[in-house]
Amino acid sequence: MSLPAPEEASSDAQSAAWARVEVSRHPHRPYSLDLIERCLDQFIELHGDRQGGDDAALVIGLARLGQMRLAVVANQKGRTLEERGRRNFGMAHPEGYRKAQRLFALAGRLQLPVLSFIDTPGAYPGVAAEERGQAWAIAQTLEAQLALPTPYLAVVIGEGGSGGALATLLADSVLVLENAFLSVASPEAAAAILFRDAGRKQTAAAALRLEPRNLVDWGIADEIVPEPPGGAHTDWDETAALLRPRIEARMGQLVAAGVDPARRRQRYRRLDGLFSA
Amino acid sequence: MSASPSYPSAKAVEVSDSEVACAVCGHRQSGAEAESSLQVCPACGAHRRISAHERVRQLVDPGTFEEWDRGLEGEDRLHFFDTRAYPERLEEARSRERLPDAILTGAARIGGFPVGLAAFDFGFLGGSLSTAVGERLARAIERSADTGVPFVCVTASGGARMQEGVFSLMQMAKSVAALHRLAEVHLPFISILADPTMGGSIASFAALGDVILAEPKAMIGFTGARVITQATYEQLPAGFQTSEFHHARGLIDHVVDRRQLREVLTELLAVLDTAPGDGHGAAA
Ligand SMILES: [Zn+2]
Repeated sequence: MSLPAPEEASSDAQSAAWARVEVSRHPHRPYSLDLIERCLDQFIELHGDRQGGDDAALVIGLARLGQMRLAVVANQKGRTLEERGRRNFGMAHPEGYRKAQRLFALAGRLQLPVLSFIDTPGAYPGVAAEERGQAWAIAQTLEAQLALPTPYLAVVIGEGGSGGALATLLADSVLVLENAFLSVASPEAAAAILFRDAGRKQTAAAALRLEPRNLVDWGIADEIVPEPPGGAHTDWDETAALLRPRIEARMGQLVAAGVDPARRRQRYRRLDGLFSA
Repeated sequence: MSASPSYPSAKAVEVSDSEVACAVCGHRQSGAEAESSLQVCPACGAHRRISAHERVRQLVDPGTFEEWDRGLEGEDRLHFFDTRAYPERLEEARSRERLPDAILTGAARIGGFPVGLAAFDFGFLGGSLSTAVGERLARAIERSADTGVPFVCVTASGGARMQEGVFSLMQMAKSVAALHRLAEVHLPFISILADPTMGGSIASFAALGDVILAEPKAMIGFTGARVITQATYEQLPAGFQTSEFHHARGLIDHVVDRRQLREVLTELLAVLDTAPGDGHGAAA
């Protein structure tokens, strides 16, 4: 049976796709530190990339979850006007990605499993970021993740935008919250490229197929974590209560299975599943 | 190797039946002259964008290129439609560029040294990263590792291919995973950046060269200048995101004129040769 001729998604499908993007960006949605505080038993933030910068758009730290010691890396958005500026809306500069590299190196040395939280529109698109090697910083962070010798679990909790999200996504297992998404570009950026009109973001959101179910079907994510009815913003405690056991279970499995970074590399080498050789 | 003087860049070439005109200074050449000058304007030094086929012709020892994975094609996994169906766009690019997708890979010799080679084709949907491009790139890296030869990649890519959505994004991870294999056998990756090298391409494999070269005035960066201006209203510094800009900031080893590129590559392959004097080196 041949597929129907491709065409633009229906307006209902476009509205549904866009509604999900709006939930993932809801101003009251719990951000990484809100979930870290509620899901983990202890968290001590560490600061700086040890090369001259400390980017508040990305936080790292040491944590405990039950008996487990963890290293944590997370995108962090701001809630208040002041904090949004300081956190740069969760969009990291090169110093943020270098801070993540520091965390991966630390985790390797101390044999700590890594837990990441992804919630970023993407890497910061600015002059200073480019001057300081934004692309190089992201590339080196991808490399660091694929060499990490300890178990690694990623949780996409909100927006997962492009290369900036990939910098803390290349884990052994990936969880995605029910209303979170992972995308090659923000729907606005995709619309600007495809239609030369950022206003057609709803059409782009539908065309990009951002439903988390697809990520699981395609082997990019392993599990969808349900949110409270209406979305995570309606109840942070309940969101954390739903998430914590999934982190415990998945991380427990990874620790028990023992870690082979070669297997992680194989996962990302083979993941589109189109090519058998 | 010496850093080249700067040349103005050219994005396009005007073509009449038998003549091309430099888009920067207007200098006219016959098609044959333009080809023998490697599509670099002899008057002003502007480097024109070239196809993957022309790139391979320029770089390798004549008759030594053996293409890999020619038949490998991707799929329209997202059933993608923007203003047209994605498969239509692909077909059109395939017949225009005489390539199955935006990259050409194979075994070759450069100055006598055997290498694995990949060349991106910007004319094919902006040299963007599809699953097929990522797969062919990854296989070329792995085949270089398996056959014990250095890997050379000439990138000219706008980054992600929107029509393949998150699959395109994941090609960044795929390419980096493949490069790990080359590092495990201690073989060099020489990354050459041509105009333009942007987005997901420079934020993954292209930035991870053991040695990174770039053609003069190539545009290189994570986010394009137009998007930065729209998003931040920032003033762009002079020469923003050119090869020379990144070289001055320690991100690129050498800016190399295309007319010296073969020679520079041969020197690099010679200095890195693990078995010097066994006869396969030395330029003819
Ligand atoms: Zn000219």
